[in-house]
Amino acid sequence: MRWPRHGAPALSRSGRLWNDEGLTETRNVTDAALTAVFREEAAKLTGAMVRLIGNFDIAEEVVQDSLVAALEKWPAQGIPDNPGAWLMTAARRRAIDLLRRDQRYAEKVALLERSMAPPDVPEADDRLRLIFTCCHPALAQEAQVALTLRAVAGFTTQEIAAAFLVSEPTMAQRIVRAKRKIVEANIPYRVPQGAELVPRIDAVLAVLYLMFNEGYLSRGPQVASRRDLAEDAMWLTSLVARLLPEQAEVLGLIVLMRLHLARSSARFDTNGEIVLLPEQDRALWDAAAIAQAVEVLDRAAALSSPGPYQLQAAIAAVHSEARSWQETNWAQIVALYDTLLRITDTPVIRLNRAVALARMSGPQVALGEVNDLAITLSGYHLFHATRAELLDELGERSAARESRLRALELTENPAERSLLMRKLEVHPSVEDEREFR
Amino acid sequence: MKYVLLFVGTMDDQERFDNMSPEEMAAGMKLAEQWFEEYSRAGKIVGGEQLKGPQTATTVRFQNGKAIVTDGPFIESKEIIGGFAIVQVKDLDEALEMAKAWRAGPVEVWPAVER
Repeated sequence: MRWPRHGAPALSRSGRLWNDEGLTETRNVTDAALTAVFREEAAKLTGAMVRLIGNFDIAEEVVQDSLVAALEKWPAQGIPDNPGAWLMTAARRRAIDLLRRDQRYAEKVALLERSMAPPDVPEADDRLRLIFTCCHPALAQEAQVALTLRAVAGFTTQEIAAAFLVSEPTMAQRIVRAKRKIVEANIPYRVPQGAELVPRIDAVLAVLYLMFNEGYLSRGPQVASRRDLAEDAMWLTSLVARLLPEQAEVLGLIVLMRLHLARSSARFDTNGEIVLLPEQDRALWDAAAIAQAVEVLDRAAALSSPGPYQLQAAIAAVHSEARSWQETNWAQIVALYDTLLRITDTPVIRLNRAVALARMSGPQVALGEVNDLAITLSGYHLFHATRAELLDELGERSAARESRLRALELTENPAERSLLMRKLEVHPSVEDEREFR
Repeated sequence: MKYVLLFVGTMDDQERFDNMSPEEMAAGMKLAEQWFEEYSRAGKIVGGEQLKGPQTATTVRFQNGKAIVTDGPFIESKEIIGGFAIVQVKDLDEALEMAKAWRAGPVEVWPAVER
């Protein structure tokens, strides 16, 4: 095991660009302003460049270069009046530089030099195509996530690397490989049609949900990065919902994300420690946001096409609307999990169902269900943490402790580790010993 | 663009295939033939063959410029190639559609170098 390696150093890396020099003298160029511009422009730019150059790899690369150039220049110079045009000019120049030496691209270079506007394509189509290409199932899912963040949301490679706690060269290589595959294997740049569409939307949603979870679970009050992965995943999902308004599952995922975010301010106490759902101060939840999310869920239900995201959102809604942990409608939650299991039967869903079952039918019954998952989930820290909770309730302290120690070995998330250690009441010295194992 | 579809499987699959009753074998062959027929009519198939079992394969390698002939496939593994099809289609999605329609087992889809 290689911990501790995450936490402050890796996470502050993406912020360093700003804290070292930029921020003080250019107060007007805020992270939020940059994020807004990049989100607005990245997909449009990439779409335009793909149409101009006809090569996804090169088009995406020159857009990334223009974003990086903007990050270098704008904090000192301020954001230009027409940031889209500034970025387009930078991307076009970079493309000309890259392509000039290659005879095959002579025609494209001429086109770029004449500053010819790309052919008019409805912007919605363009962004959708881009999203579907980035989330193509022939690419590894981690590459799908990285490509979507870069090409659609305007992340830099450095920011993606920081968000996923891998080194920048590793992330860069992952992106290069994926883009080469798009070109070499001729992955089409188009919106899937007919029977293809729904499974491909599922693939997009899986990427967005993974992105959201990565941001949401790893974020704590101490984390200050320029971009918030959870917010960006939320923004991307809203974009997909705008482009595909009739897809109930897209709405379901939006509701799920919104319900998580609406409750997020209760997730940490003033010391930055995780507070689990039973102990959360529900007065801190954003009641208005929860009510709005539930309305969207009703809209999704009206489309009569249920699916796993809507069901998970419905479960989150029952929690969100309960006045307290004790007053939660556990029977309804177990019933929703049963429906969910009929669509997607996964060990993690079974584990979550067992937590609700413990409240409805007692810890002994739930423990039996959890123990059945021992083989498939033995490497999952929450399996052991859940078991520990149930064993505690049954008064089996030493077995509970053993499970918690196993959970501790399996997670590197600082907030989750701290929670487990509080429950174990171990001192840092114990940790030091474990480091040498 | 040209893609090569490799119809792959495990040694266990091969064994199951070898031990099929004549009726089962005929039914399996019919499915494969239908696939080839349908896509040939659509003009998407450039070529393809069913291969005999790995126990019939021979490998020629070169060591110090000298050809060495050995029994069996080059990569000794549990996976085998049962056959292949060369297809000419628009893009990867179209090749993947054909692979999904095969249904007799896993299919590897390889883009071919264009000349």
